[in-house]
Amino acid sequence: MLDKLELPERHYLNNGHGLKSWLLTKDHKRIAIMYLISISAMFMLGGFFAAGVRLELMTPRGDLFLADTYNKFFTMHGIVMVFFFLIPSTPAVLGNFLLPLMIGAKDLAFPRLNLLSLYLFWIGIVFFFYALFSGGIDTGWTFYTPFSAAVSNTNVVPVALGVFIAGFSSILTGLNFIVTIHRMRAPGLTWFRLPLFVWAHYATSLIQVLGTPVIAITIVMLFTERAFGFGIFDPTRGGDPVLFQHLFWFYSHPAVYLMILPAMGVISEVLSTFSRKTIFGYSFVAFSSLAIAVFGFIVWAHHLFVAGISTYSAMVFSFLSFSVAIPSAVKMFNWTATLYKGTISFEAPMLYVYGFFGLFLVGGLTGLFLATLGIDVHVHDTYFVVAHFHYVMVGGAIMGYLGGLHFWWPKITGRMYSEFLSRISAIMVFVGFNLTFFPQFILGYMGMPRRYHAYPDEFQVLNVMSSGGSVVLGIGYLLPVIYFLWSLKHGAVAGPNPWVASGLEWQTASPPPTENFVETPHVHGEPYEYTPHVAREANLV
Amino acid sequence: MGSFGIPLFPEQASTFAQDIDALYLFIVAVSAFFALGVSVAVVVFGIIYRRRHEGEIGARIEGNLPLELIWSIIPTMIAMVMFGWGASAFYHVRTPPKEAMSVYAVGKQWMWKFQHLEGQREINELHVPVGRAVKVIITSEDVIHSLFFPAFRTKIDAIPGRYTQLWFEASKVGRYHIFCAEYCGTNHSAMIGWVTVMEPADYQAWLSGGGIEGTLVERGERLFQDLACGSCHLDTGRGRGPSLKEIVGTQVALANGSTALVDEGYLRESIINSQAKIVEGFQPLMPAFQGLISEDNLVALVEYVKSQSPSATTTAAAAPTAPPNPPPPGKRN
Repeated sequence: MLDKLELPERHYLNNGHGLKSWLLTKDHKRIAIMYLISISAMFMLGGFFAAGVRLELMTPRGDLFLADTYNKFFTMHGIVMVFFFLIPSTPAVLGNFLLPLMIGAKDLAFPRLNLLSLYLFWIGIVFFFYALFSGGIDTGWTFYTPFSAAVSNTNVVPVALGVFIAGFSSILTGLNFIVTIHRMRAPGLTWFRLPLFVWAHYATSLIQVLGTPVIAITIVMLFTERAFGFGIFDPTRGGDPVLFQHLFWFYSHPAVYLMILPAMGVISEVLSTFSRKTIFGYSFVAFSSLAIAVFGFIVWAHHLFVAGISTYSAMVFSFLSFSVAIPSAVKMFNWTATLYKGTISFEAPMLYVYGFFGLFLVGGLTGLFLATLGIDVHVHDTYFVVAHFHYVMVGGAIMGYLGGLHFWWPKITGRMYSEFLSRISAIMVFVGFNLTFFPQFILGYMGMPRRYHAYPDEFQVLNVMSSGGSVVLGIGYLLPVIYFLWSLKHGAVAGPNPWVASGLEWQTASPPPTENFVETPHVHGEPYEYTPHVAREANLV
Repeated sequence: MGSFGIPLFPEQASTFAQDIDALYLFIVAVSAFFALGVSVAVVVFGIIYRRRHEGEIGARIEGNLPLELIWSIIPTMIAMVMFGWGASAFYHVRTPPKEAMSVYAVGKQWMWKFQHLEGQREINELHVPVGRAVKVIITSEDVIHSLFFPAFRTKIDAIPGRYTQLWFEASKVGRYHIFCAEYCGTNHSAMIGWVTVMEPADYQAWLSGGGIEGTLVERGERLFQDLACGSCHLDTGRGRGPSLKEIVGTQVALANGSTALVDEGYLRESIINSQAKIVEGFQPLMPAFQGLISEDNLVALVEYVKSQSPSATTTAAAAPTAPPNPPPPGKRN
């Protein structure tokens, strides 16, 4: 059947050629492609720094890099991955591409604002590269004062400005999504007929709009202290160094949910398609996204349990931190129940979903250890924390992102990639990830502090395991670059709906025309409807 | 402890190490139960309900309210158990007993400096007796550090401009790691040391082997004289500054109408930034010693002032319920 399929004659990729047609485009799909290229490059740069870190930690002594170089490596790994890869990843690429398609709209509500977001993101990257080529930065991605404000003699100001500017990209994208979801839904597409991917992005956008200004203000404070000597955080000038941590985490904790929520949206879509079932407890999954976004704002001080906050305020924040666990658990249970009596198949996107389950389970459950005060006092600032947040932000968020990329790749490009290689890649990522990061939980409980250039000999075995695993993980992450690029020219033509998925985005051509739908779709049914009728339409029976 | 040559736990060398490990294992068990439960379910469903031919459609099941309630409420209850256990363990770890002996620690890039009341000063080494509660009062001279004793299962950040504290009671003689856990610049990973837990008799012998500068209080007294603190802080209460007799552990009324508990942190602030909390009835005449006195000397000075309050004994925060002193009659000059 597949050989009869042909790419549509006219689609968003061949509507205009040359650099100008891309750089001045208002098409959300082309903007998404430019985000995809940008963040993929940043991911490789962040991965390069990670490789340096893992290489240094093969041996207990700091014998590969100078201490300052090592410190710059882990700092730039964190900054690149968090601010220039993870935060934009799913929303700016998949969200940008899919939101209008999923709600039957021609574009986002503000197409020019969308292009401005991309340019702001690029300007942020330029500032980061300026800092990189003038010697880098060594504050850790958390920029803690007074080290960042008064002591470090590296490029704090340009990086802070880069993050500040990229933050506005995030705010504007969030704003654009919120307005689009409110105002641009196709006729008949009520709130409770929205795909869960859209719900997840709505929750994400709330965090982007409400949280990002706080980090912007914090960066301005850091900037004024560093550049003009204002005593905001410097205790010798009447400032409070811990104030920075409160402000920083008021944004940066919700930012973790900003990374994981859109990935969770991907999971719901892929899971439904590959089990050909509606999502179990649709409204619970939808509202749990909002609950995570809201609760995420009231748990920041769990990053300060050993930073001198009072015993009782620590207890309040511990209690509140557990509240985030409940909606996350509800999602996990509903996804599990979705599989019950499904008809499940295991193409690459579904393998990524299974990988997400495994890694997010570990990442989420180890969050309980950190919310538990007595345990946190011991494992705070150790490799336990490093392992935990990699399981959530890399295991969870990137598994979701890659799963989504594999799922919608045929929609984005109109072509299929190698099924065999993509399965190999999904398995390598899962295995490599666990090899890399599981030993770090043990290292952390053993007491190995994070951000150590050299370490006592007894930690070596586990560190070597971790570095070994990172090789497998790295290859797993690189493989898609190869088969995705290969597919652009040689991949089989996918057709509008290769997975027999139920969403609106699959009812238009692949790749879609610039205006997305030839005529505005009308929605009559519930989301994720798999009926014999759907099967017949897809020529399954 | 360990298995197959891979260590799993650091040594248990404090009285609360076992409690923390027990709590840890409890959460490991709960987590393993849920992780395995869900993993087995998704794998088994994946096998049983695998797609056998292309035309299959999954069953139409939209949800189940009782199930939603069960899997919301049961995890909530389990989480509350973790919260309660964790909070009570934390309260224990954070609350030093009254009879704890004090040691001062100052972090700076990149070393830990410890001072014993008896006068011994150490760098990246800390000697403590086994079986006795030790309270470590901590600050930093530059950036934020974090004093971490893995074998004791406790840590606290060293924050410039204020005192924080932790305590432990070592339960096993031996030498254990001290780490800096908060990233502090170039040689963060070299800001490490050893805590040596000794039999009480050995500890006494060790104490008597050093301290050429006298005890911490004696050093503080010399500083008190050198800096001429006594010319204003008269014991009679009729000086230009308040009397320092029997003030530790009390609430003092401040010129701005509020009150403050006199503890190490208050004393430190009142020396470094003397204008911050002026005692009611006094003029803001005292110079600020910010930048003029090292953290090490500050510790000695604080300890000397504390020694002027013998009834508050070892810990300043031990008697917070004492009635506020009547403000001394202010003498205008």
